[in-house]
Amino acid sequence: MNVFASTGRLTIDSVREIGRVANFAFRGGFSWFLGPFYWRAVWSALARIGYASLPVVGLTAIFTGGALALNIYEGSLLPNTEAFLPQILGVSIVRELGPVLAALMVAGRCSSAMAAEIGTMRVTEQIDALSTLSVDPFKYLIAPRILATTIALPLLVLVADIIGVYGGYLVSVYALGFSPEIYVNNLIDFISMEDVTSGLIKATVFGFLISVMGCYYGYTSRGGAGGVGAATRTAVVAAAVSVLASNYFMTSLLVDV
Amino acid sequence: MSTHPKISIRDLHKTFGDNEVLRGLDLDVEEGQSLVVIGGSGTGKSVLIKCVLTLLKPDRGRIAVDGANIARQTDRDRRMMAEKSGMLFQSAALFDSMKVWENVAFRLIYADKKTRQQAREKAIDCLAQVGLAPEIGELTPAELSGGMQKRVGLARAIAADPEILFFDEPTTGLDPIMADVINNLIVERVKALGATAISITHDMASARKIADEIAMLYQGRIIWRGRPDEIENSGNPMVDQFVHGRAEGPIQMQVRRDFRTKS
Repeated sequence: MNVFASTGRLTIDSVREIGRVANFAFRGGFSWFLGPFYWRAVWSALARIGYASLPVVGLTAIFTGGALALNIYEGSLLPNTEAFLPQILGVSIVRELGPVLAALMVAGRCSSAMAAEIGTMRVTEQIDALSTLSVDPFKYLIAPRILATTIALPLLVLVADIIGVYGGYLVSVYALGFSPEIYVNNLIDFISMEDVTSGLIKATVFGFLISVMGCYYGYTSRGGAGGVGAATRTAVVAAAVSVLASNYFMTSLLVDV
Repeated sequence: MSTHPKISIRDLHKTFGDNEVLRGLDLDVEEGQSLVVIGGSGTGKSVLIKCVLTLLKPDRGRIAVDGANIARQTDRDRRMMAEKSGMLFQSAALFDSMKVWENVAFRLIYADKKTRQQAREKAIDCLAQVGLAPEIGELTPAELSGGMQKRVGLARAIAADPEILFFDEPTTGLDPIMADVINNLIVERVKALGATAISITHDMASARKIADEIAMLYQGRIIWRGRPDEIENSGNPMVDQFVHGRAEGPIQMQVRRDFRTKS
């Protein structure tokens, strides 16, 4: 096959897909501002996405914080490691690792679940049934999930930040024998409010992207169990890639180079 | 002024890729009439009712409901159709994350803003109308047999007293006795509501039972229409073949010839 033709087709298809996702995201976001609101659906989505993700996000954060402390200690050639370990660790977690790792865990856990659930509803005609029952599927299924994830992710990241820093503390104090006071003081002195908010801004965007991917691929899935499987897989990959890519661009905007 | 039909479809076209499913279909349904559309699998029966229900957008043509054209499917058209109609899906399409009574009461709770208590009473009433005990309402759809799911689907479709009812293969996958139970319930409920009904099926026993009139869909158009007692002597070889379920006849011939030219 002609290389130019296939490259062109691939480009056009990709641009089309991005356009469709953007259109979907716009519709999903816009639905927040037009009634009716299904608060029950928002509430249950918050419980499923936010509250139920706490254990996995907490575990990820505590082990990452601990491993990071060991790595900083191991790689350090400077004399006063005890003082700057919490600084490096804190900034790394709050600005970068907390938001990204929490978002990746939520992407794996929730975008797949959304795609599978909405996809199954699509192929079993439950979405059509919603429409015939005078309920707009966008307002009932999509908007609550997007809203809930966009609210939940920054909160999860805040928890991940705290637990991650605590993981570093445990390793520093109990494994490396550093002083607890020095750890806490250096951490508090060094980390600024801006570090925390930049992580939370990222998390808000990640939450939006993850839920849009999960909902979009579920909503557009076709053709039975195979279609739902494919939708789930694509949703997780798209969510993870969009988190990592948008992370780079947001970081380059938030960091003054 | 003469009264116009409840639903009037003119020159309806719908294509998926290269597949021309509806090719200029015309169909009228009078108010209070029960019309059954028969036809083989893949002839576009489901596409037809999904177009009328504004779930699928036709490529061109006119669909007038109570005189208003809904073929452009604006948000207003969609709202109007959802308010006027109830639909029983082929797979029942019950919401599996909810209890049975919440399924039946879904529209009342989420669209009509009734209190849960009011909606529940109405749901239990609707379940009784399809012969299901109130205890069934506490189960989840996964705990029900296929026939019971269909009955719950019917209860959900009639819960808001719709003017138009749609039935997509209501007896598919059921044993003959349960199929007859569903047929009887459909006839009874449509009469009780005074609703206009469009059903699609390939089950002739079901078609004869629930139809005031039967229309046959073939190659994207209605090729015959008449009363159930006329269908034996339709004078149309394709209808004859379908009604008697014969492999040999004009319809199968067509399929074979297509197959040969493609391979």
